[in-house]
Amino acid sequence: MTISTTTPGRAAVRPPQGWLRFAAPQQFYPLAGQLAPWFAALAALLAAAGLYIGFFVAPTDFQQGEVYRVIFIHVPAAWMSMFIYLIMAFWSAVGLVMNTRLSFIVSQALAPTGAMFCFVALWTGALWGKPTWGAYWVWDARLTSQLLLLFLYFGFIALTRAIEDPRRADRAGAVLALVGAVNVPIIYFSVQWWNTLHQGASVSIAKAPSMATIMLVGMLLMALAAWMYSIAVALWRVRALILERERHTEWVGAVLEAEAKAAGGVR
Amino acid sequence: MLSTFLAILRRDLLLSWRGRADLLVTLAFFVVVVCLFPFGVGAEPNQLRAIAPGVLWVAALLASLLALHRLFAQDHADGTLEQLLLSSEPAVLWVLAKIAAFWLTTGLPLVIAAPALALLFDLEQSALPVLTLSLALGTPILALLGAVGAALTLGVRGGGMLLALLVLPLYVPVLIFGAGAVDAHLGGTGAKAQLLLLGGGLAGALALAPWACASALRIAME
Repeated sequence: MTISTTTPGRAAVRPPQGWLRFAAPQQFYPLAGQLAPWFAALAALLAAAGLYIGFFVAPTDFQQGEVYRVIFIHVPAAWMSMFIYLIMAFWSAVGLVMNTRLSFIVSQALAPTGAMFCFVALWTGALWGKPTWGAYWVWDARLTSQLLLLFLYFGFIALTRAIEDPRRADRAGAVLALVGAVNVPIIYFSVQWWNTLHQGASVSIAKAPSMATIMLVGMLLMALAAWMYSIAVALWRVRALILERERHTEWVGAVLEAEAKAAGGVR
Repeated sequence: MLSTFLAILRRDLLLSWRGRADLLVTLAFFVVVVCLFPFGVGAEPNQLRAIAPGVLWVAALLASLLALHRLFAQDHADGTLEQLLLSSEPAVLWVLAKIAAFWLTTGLPLVIAAPALALLFDLEQSALPVLTLSLALGTPILALLGAVGAALTLGVRGGGMLLALLVLPLYVPVLIFGAGAVDAHLGGTGAKAQLLLLGGGLAGALALAPWACASALRIAME
C-alpha cells in the first residue's frame, strides 16, 4: 500500500488545471473554508424567511388546523435525507472510478447530515401523526422506508468508523453506499407492496388537498435552506476530515501553525 | 472455468462436512428461535397460524445471518483468501462457488426443516410447498447479499454486530415477499406474484452480488 503525501514520485505528472485541481484535499481545504460561511449565511436567511412564511403568513389549514405547519420542517427534511443518500452514492462511485480521496471524504462528511435529516423527518412525522392519525407511528409505506433509510445511514457510518485503515474504510463504505443505492428503490417498492397487502388504503399525505401557493413557497424556501445547511455543514466536516487524514503532511502543519498564530492574538 | 468453480465448491463442502457440528448449530438456532415464539405470544392456535409464515421467515433470516461470519473468516485467517485473490482465476467465479457452498450447507437445511416446524404452528398443509419454495428462492438471496456484508466487515473489530446492521435492512424486501407468498396463498390470492418477484430478485442478486462481493474482498485484502 502506498502512502500518498504531497509526493515526489508524481512530479512528472502535470497537476490538473482548472476546477479539477480542487480534487486535491490540500487545494480544497481553503476553498471549503471560504465557501462554507456563505452557504451557512444563506441557510440562515432562507430558513428565517421560510419559517416566517410557514408560521405567520401561511393560513391555517381548514382540515388539520395548526398541526399541518410541521410540514415546513418535515417535508424538506424527508426530501433532503433521500437526496443526500443519492449524492453519497454518487461521490462513492466517483471515488471508486477516479480514485480520488476527496470524493470518499465528501460522502463520509454527508452521511451524518443525511442521518440527522432522516431522524428529523421521522420525529416530526410522529408528532404530526399523533393528532392527525391518532398514533405516533403507522406502518405506512413512506414511514417504513424512511426508517430503513435511517438504518442504511447507520450502517454506512458504523462501517466507515469501524475500519481503522482510512483507505479501506473509504472503499468499503463506497461499495456499501452503492449496494444501498441499488436497494433503496427495491426496498421502497417492496414496502409499498407489503403495506397495501396488509393494511388496505391507509392515510396518505399525497391525498391531502392541494396546497395554497403561499404554503408551497414556504416549503420550497425551507427546502432550499436545508440544501444550503447541508452544503455548509458538509464542507466544514470535510475540512475536519481532511485535517485528520493529512495530519502528517507539511501543509497541514503550516495551516495549523497559522491558525494557532491567528488565535494567539485573541489569547 | 467450470472446473475452478467445482473445485472450490467441492473444497468448501468438504471443509463444512469435516466441521459439521457448526452446521448443526445453525439449524438448532433456527429450531430454537421458532419454538420461542409460542412462549412469547401465547399458544392460541389461530394466532399461531396467523404468525407462522412471518416467524419462520424471520427465524430463517436470523439463522443465515448468524452463520455469515463463517463464510470468509477461516480462509481469511489462514491466508487462503489472499492466495485465491492472487490467482489468475476470475474472482467472481470462486466467490460464487463459495457462496453456493455456503448456501448448500446453511440455507438448504433451513429450507428442509421449515415445513416440519410449520406443523408446530398448525400451518395449512397446502401452504407447505409454498413455504418451502419461497425459502428455496429467498435464502440464496440472503446468502448472496450477506456475502457482500461479510466481505465488507472481514477482520473488522465488532464485525458480527456491524454485519447485522449492514445486512438486515437489505433483507427486508426478501422477508416481505417470502412471508408474503405464504400469506397470499393462505389468503386465497395465490402466491405466484411474490414467488416470481423472489425469483427475479434471485436472478438480479446472482448477477450483481458476486461482483460486489469480489470487489469488497479485494478492498479488505489490500
